[in-house]
Amino acid sequence: MNGTIQAPTIEYALLAPMLVVFGAAIVGVLVEAFAPRYLRSAIHVPLTLLSLAGAFALTIWQAAAKGIPTKAAAMGAVAVDGPALFIWGTILVLAFVSVLLIKGEDHFVAAASAVPGSAEEEQALHEGAAHSEIYPLVLFAVGGMLLFPAANDLLVAFVALEVMSLPLYLLCGLARRRRLLSQEAAVKYFLLGAFSSAFFLYGTALLYGYAGSIDLAKISTAVGSVGGQDTLLYIGAAMLGVGLLFKIGAAPFQAWKPDVYQGAPTPITALMASGTLVAAFGALVRVFWVGLGGLDWDWRPVLYGVAILTMVVGAVLAITQTDIKRMLAYSSIAHGGFLLVGVIATGKAAAQNASALSGILFYLVAYGFTTVGAFAVVTMVRDAGGEAWHLSRWAGLGKRSPLLAGIFAFFLLAFAGIPLTSGFFGKYAVFQAAVSGGALPLVIVGVVASAVAAFFYVRVIVLMFFSDPAADGPSIVLPSRGTAAVVGLAVLATVVLGVYPQPVLDLAHSAAQSLFVR
Amino acid sequence: MELYVPILVLAVLAAGFAVFSVGIAPFTGPKRWNRAKLDAYECGIEPTPQPVGGGRFPLKYMITAMLFIVFDIEIIFLYPWAVAFDKLGVFGLVEMVLFIVTVLVAYAYVWRRRGLDWD
Repeated sequence: MNGTIQAPTIEYALLAPMLVVFGAAIVGVLVEAFAPRYLRSAIHVPLTLLSLAGAFALTIWQAAAKGIPTKAAAMGAVAVDGPALFIWGTILVLAFVSVLLIKGEDHFVAAASAVPGSAEEEQALHEGAAHSEIYPLVLFAVGGMLLFPAANDLLVAFVALEVMSLPLYLLCGLARRRRLLSQEAAVKYFLLGAFSSAFFLYGTALLYGYAGSIDLAKISTAVGSVGGQDTLLYIGAAMLGVGLLFKIGAAPFQAWKPDVYQGAPTPITALMASGTLVAAFGALVRVFWVGLGGLDWDWRPVLYGVAILTMVVGAVLAITQTDIKRMLAYSSIAHGGFLLVGVIATGKAAAQNASALSGILFYLVAYGFTTVGAFAVVTMVRDAGGEAWHLSRWAGLGKRSPLLAGIFAFFLLAFAGIPLTSGFFGKYAVFQAAVSGGALPLVIVGVVASAVAAFFYVRVIVLMFFSDPAADGPSIVLPSRGTAAVVGLAVLATVVLGVYPQPVLDLAHSAAQSLFVR
Repeated sequence: MELYVPILVLAVLAAGFAVFSVGIAPFTGPKRWNRAKLDAYECGIEPTPQPVGGGRFPLKYMITAMLFIVFDIEIIFLYPWAVAFDKLGVFGLVEMVLFIVTVLVAYAYVWRRRGLDWD
């Protein structure tokens, strides 16, 4: 062992958005340590929002002024390419919006360690205790979300997955009301998430055994050249797939999603449903297209089945839900299925890949905004026990508060993919790519699933507008400025992307043009 | 394939022994019941009744264990650097300082939140 070690070259400018977010998270921990309690939130909120905005500005600056790099950064470990930059921008905006929602009302517990309903909890509430650690935790999670879709080697992807997930496990358990449900969600998410991470890591080990490298580009070359080790390759790829499909909540790995989305504090649910989904899809597409691209003949039938199962399970089980958050969770599962249709639409031709990728990217933006808006509305419909989740409590909302019910109905129509909403163009872009990729049967299943899904969206709309309100129905809280801004932004995004989607479509298209660097 | 035959034989022998031992025990072993045998296994301690709702239990040992992990990981990264620090040069030094500062931030948080107080 007498070789020389070469100090790695790190392109700090390329990684700057992530470094800003992680740096702000560490400063946030210092604030927690040294600032007095009454000042903490006042420091955290601007710090978090400014760092997210700064990271967004750096991402734009990179894409606009410096051009899209054609080589992976940090010795090939992190690929800051067109899709990664687009996904970074999306995640940062969605995280910014989610933070506005987080600071909106009292969503979080005063003392998480207190037994629910105990005297200690009462005391903590009286003292005005609060877990302002939420802000650094969110920043750490967002940092992980940025790294995950850009990770160009499997170990970096694993670390990013954990950095993204661990804060989310904690955040899930911090709901102020329905403490037991929230703790249950946190435990379930943690156990199942750890289990799926183990799958991912085991797949990484097997692929390393096959290719002799954890680098996606090297695995890709090995797929074409190394023979006789197919067991390692196939089992490794399958394990990796399980880990990634779990994170996006594809069937049959969807079981955690309704429970976790229901139990988690609603702003955190909004962050998970938008940011985590975007990040996980970015990583899924990168791993399957770049690392295992040469194997597409083998994984495509599997993902074909998973996509069908996910769309059907999401759409059909959503019909039976009586809880608004669980319904939105199943809707998120179904949307994951629609997105998988785009993942399958890869082909040997670069143009086909680019159109599938740009469809996925556009869909992620459109769905992300709408879902954050929908969960923001959920935070505003309340009764004495906190947010009113049961659908029967939403009956007649349109008569009490036409504006809010109208906005929610609009979001639901966007989920359903009605023209003039962003959801329509998202589905159109993905399905069109799938048709030209020769996956017509899948698209037919997708359209049928959309129709089934539209049924329960419309059912909620009918319930809101054509039922009589309950005598002791929930009250609509006057939104704080943050929550109002979130709802406004989400409506704006859903309208603009539905009426005039061309700029964002073009942006997604040019981001997808360079495809992935290796 | 022949290479694996000994392993297979060993596996069969091991599995056979395990199944045989467990299977024969109910027929040959003496059965002398007493109350302690039916209790929950608590490392020789008398099991204590749980308060309703699980109750609260001290986390002192867990916090200590978590802190140990923080420093443990730090040392794991320090060893390879200590072995190769002259080859890594200034880059290695800067990265290591950054890493230790990051760990110190976590340490400062624990200290300020009285995680180091035993009582």
